[in-house]
Amino acid sequence: MQAEQDSLGNVVYEAELEIKNTDGLHMRPAMQFVDIANRFDSEISVSNGETNVDGKSIMQISMLAATCGTKLRIKAEGPDAREAINTLRVLVEEKHFDEPEPKK
Amino acid sequence: MEIKKGIAVSPGISIAKSLVIDAEDYRIPRRSIKPSQRMTEIQRVRNAFKDAIGELTQLEAAQDQPEGSKIKDIFAVHLRFLHDRSLRKKITDLIHSELVTAEYAVSTTLRQIASHFTKEKDTYISERAADIYDMERRLLRQLLGKKRKDIGNLKEEVVVVARELSPTQTAGFNRKFVKGIASDAGGRTSHAAIVARSLGIPAVVALEDLTEYVMGGDTVIVDGNRGIVIVNPDEQTVQQYREYSKEYLELEHRLGTIREKPAVTRDGTKITLLGNIEFPDEAEVVLEKGGAGVGLYRTEFLYLNTDTEPTEQDHYQAYARTIRVLGDRPVVIRTVDLGADKYTQSKRFAPEPNPFLGLRSIRFCLQNLMMFKTQLRAILRASVLSDVKIMFPLITNRQELMQAKMILHDVMEDLGEESIEYNPDIQVGIMIETPSAALTAYTLARDVDFFSIGTNDLTQYTLAVDRGNELVSTLYSPADPAVLRLIRTVTQDAHKSQIDLSVCGEMASEPEYIMLLLGIGIRTLSLTPPMIPEIKQIIRSVTMEDCNKVARKVLSMNSERHISSYLRDAARKILPEAF
Repeated sequence: MQAEQDSLGNVVYEAELEIKNTDGLHMRPAMQFVDIANRFDSEISVSNGETNVDGKSIMQISMLAATCGTKLRIKAEGPDAREAINTLRVLVEEKHFDEPEPKK
Repeated sequence: MEIKKGIAVSPGISIAKSLVIDAEDYRIPRRSIKPSQRMTEIQRVRNAFKDAIGELTQLEAAQDQPEGSKIKDIFAVHLRFLHDRSLRKKITDLIHSELVTAEYAVSTTLRQIASHFTKEKDTYISERAADIYDMERRLLRQLLGKKRKDIGNLKEEVVVVARELSPTQTAGFNRKFVKGIASDAGGRTSHAAIVARSLGIPAVVALEDLTEYVMGGDTVIVDGNRGIVIVNPDEQTVQQYREYSKEYLELEHRLGTIREKPAVTRDGTKITLLGNIEFPDEAEVVLEKGGAGVGLYRTEFLYLNTDTEPTEQDHYQAYARTIRVLGDRPVVIRTVDLGADKYTQSKRFAPEPNPFLGLRSIRFCLQNLMMFKTQLRAILRASVLSDVKIMFPLITNRQELMQAKMILHDVMEDLGEESIEYNPDIQVGIMIETPSAALTAYTLARDVDFFSIGTNDLTQYTLAVDRGNELVSTLYSPADPAVLRLIRTVTQDAHKSQIDLSVCGEMASEPEYIMLLLGIGIRTLSLTPPMIPEIKQIIRSVTMEDCNKVARKVLSMNSERHISSYLRDAARKILPEAF
């Protein structure tokens, strides 16, 4: 996780998270993602390298159409930015949305 | 000004502002709004979202499923989308910048998102498109549902423009404010057309892409007499149509007053006017227009409106409903006339190279005995309810007639064995609509109680002309000397054999042919119900002497063109407004 301060004095945290569940970031995982993102006051954005979208909008997140193995860059900016990034990392990489990973 | 041609299904003329109803299961056409309407449309989007959320929340709560189940998840996902501000903003921005309707903005935005998903290779992700379409429909239902309710509370006169109208929708129209109906889909016999006719609302259907040309509030002329709809007419056209409309209303009014009067010529010859119907509801129109019964009850609709073959009970119920309306007035039920142009039912009958000369009508029935017997049983059961007659279509020779009668007899025996009541003396007749039947009418008359001349098919088969083929359709005319001679032959043979005779083709509803038919010796006409008053007016204006003179003159003429113009002139003298 990287941290810096923006011009307004808000903390900015960033992390690269990999989608690990087999079916990718489909509707239900997208819902879990935005539900968590919406709990925080910080602004959260997600980028797949091409598009940068609002992490609190299910429409925008689902339109990233991130499949298993995709790396997403998550950026949080605001008073609770650090905790937001941490919680989202647990959801995406540790719990992988409570869904199975591909068989090796 | 845009002029569109369709099928006239309910007569009359109306000029009013349009009210456009879109359908959620069809592409919403792009329609513009005025800048001043932006806020109204944006508010409509907000309300639609609010109500869709309310509806979904209720649905979700009603699901008897544990939290986290697949179904609960689907509801939850849809709710997240409906709460998503950026989605709503995308839609309202579109209304703002492009000046389009709420329906169009919702549909375009969601379809854009859906197509984004369908492009993905990953099937799991591409299947999300289905969820998005589902949301689109839900929102459109909200938007359109409100609009449909608004029709119930109209405050000004409108012409309703829609892709398609259901019979219940049409039946709910307030005829004080709904002055006209125009739809992309539909046909003469679509239920909505029939309801429009019985409500007396001018209607034109089968306009194909009319909804793409009309924006809510545009001035629209519906000409239900000629089957024309004009969008945004110029001043001159509006004036012209106001004139037409006035003349038409005057004529209608005059004809309305003769409803109770008998159809008798000035010199006292009584003519029977019956109605041709397809649906039970139409029987009411027959009575409303002063008809004395039903001379042709077509039964194909029972087969064409459903995917499965109708049961005996389906048949019986339809007949019983019609009979209930008609009371003790006669009704001639024609056995099913499927095939050829009505060949729409199922693809399981392999297409024939020449369907009009193929397995259609009675021929089809004689090869599908189960189906035929089902209908005959229902007609026989209904025969105890009132004066029911049975009529076989497209008979070409005596053998066919005898076969059909034998099957009818078998069905009677079956009913007898089951102790089911029927009228054993039910009258049996045939349609004369092929040259072979017309030429052997004298023989056929021995085995039937009545003839009904179907002039449409008789003309087509006599002249070997497909009236639907515009390359040759000018050759199609019941005024052709060959057709007229056949009609005269049939009339003479029916009289000699002392059996009943009627004409039930379109010829019987065309004013210029009435004097001729009477002069030839026809005393019963069965026609489309809305035309009954006009035809009665003609009958009441002529003497048999005039008619006989016309017939003698016409039958001595050798050219269709001369006959047609002679008949038009003769009729114009009788009822100038009708031409």
